[in-house]
Amino acid sequence: MLDLLSNFATLEFKQVAMWIIGALLIYLAIKKEMEPSLLLPMGFGAILINLPNSGAQHIIDVMFRVGIDNEFGEIMPLVLFIGIGAMIDFTPLLTNPKLMLFGAAAQFGIFFTLCLARLVGFDLNDAASIGIIGAADGPTAIAVSMELDSKYIGAIMVAAYSYMALVPLVQPPIIKLCTTKKERLIRMDNTQGKQPSKMTKILFPIVVTIIVGLVAPDAVALIGFLMFGNLIRECGVLNSLSETAQKVLANLITIFLGITIAARMRADEFLTPDTLLIIGLGLFAFIFDTFAGVMLAKLMNLVSKKKINPMIGAAGISAFPMSARVVHKMGLEEDNQNFLLMHSIGVNVSGQIASVIAGGLILSFFR
Amino acid sequence: MNFAIDFEAFLSSLPFMGKGMLGIFLVTSVIVLFVNALNNLPEKKEK
Repeated sequence: MLDLLSNFATLEFKQVAMWIIGALLIYLAIKKEMEPSLLLPMGFGAILINLPNSGAQHIIDVMFRVGIDNEFGEIMPLVLFIGIGAMIDFTPLLTNPKLMLFGAAAQFGIFFTLCLARLVGFDLNDAASIGIIGAADGPTAIAVSMELDSKYIGAIMVAAYSYMALVPLVQPPIIKLCTTKKERLIRMDNTQGKQPSKMTKILFPIVVTIIVGLVAPDAVALIGFLMFGNLIRECGVLNSLSETAQKVLANLITIFLGITIAARMRADEFLTPDTLLIIGLGLFAFIFDTFAGVMLAKLMNLVSKKKINPMIGAAGISAFPMSARVVHKMGLEEDNQNFLLMHSIGVNVSGQIASVIAGGLILSFFR
Repeated sequence: MNFAIDFEAFLSSLPFMGKGMLGIFLVTSVIVLFVNALNNLPEKKEK
């Protein structure tokens, strides 16, 4: 009998604290439906790995090394990009390509947070990995922080996915703070512009890969897999592959990633003041992303005849489609006839491309 | 990591911010120009 209970004696307070964190992630996933496909496996993994003398530790470590941290690179996050690429419809962006500039501006939080992380004492590679939380894009954050060999990947993942899920709470106060009521009431033209041809939709992923590859070769794996997925979607002759990439492939890898990230959520590694600092810095990343997107729109309004509702700039963070929905909802709250969804979705998908480019640039600077 | 305010490290990382944002805007602008060009290509008429 005593033998059966001997494991209790090895239980530490920190491990129980990790169970609570795991339970909180599971609660947010189920009750609040916040990124459930990732927060739930991460939450369960956090409990699994923090049981005293957990027999799952070894297998999760092996899964982590096979899928993420191996000599061949971060295979799983990259393959997940194929699924994400197959899910994205770039039509709103192709209809109004200048929306891409907002996606670019909204990556400011990444680089500014990198500087802030340096200010509080993180080394350059860890600071860059913390900054990438601002990409608001889980696979990019995983790929970059693994490639830069950051020891904080668990905290970075928890921060990245939590803030992505918390976009509806984080963004509105910042948007309101940066805009006047008059600006929030600006109505935008909702007439459908010229729809992109099939040729444009097919050439877009190919040419984006070439352009990004030429400027930032380290980004080409990230953007290339994303665009490959999109090409499968748009080519029109690989519908079953596209469907597989969007559903089966993406789901399998998401389950795998979620539970393996838990390998970096061991109590002794995770429950440190550094984690709190990283979570705080992650919040700054999202705040400055939002701020920069809105400010670019305000700046463009100074020179443009056709006024832009500056709130759409905030959708330039990659968190898709939450950010676009937040902006659309805020527009309707100000004026129930102000429909911003078409524009905010265009900005939001451009944020997805821009965040991957930012990740590639970070890699080219620090690898 | 030892928590310490390090202004020198902050200042020395600012050029990365400049280069990063410049890089993103550069790549993005080229893509915007390309998409504009594609959108302005004459469409092939269906028979």
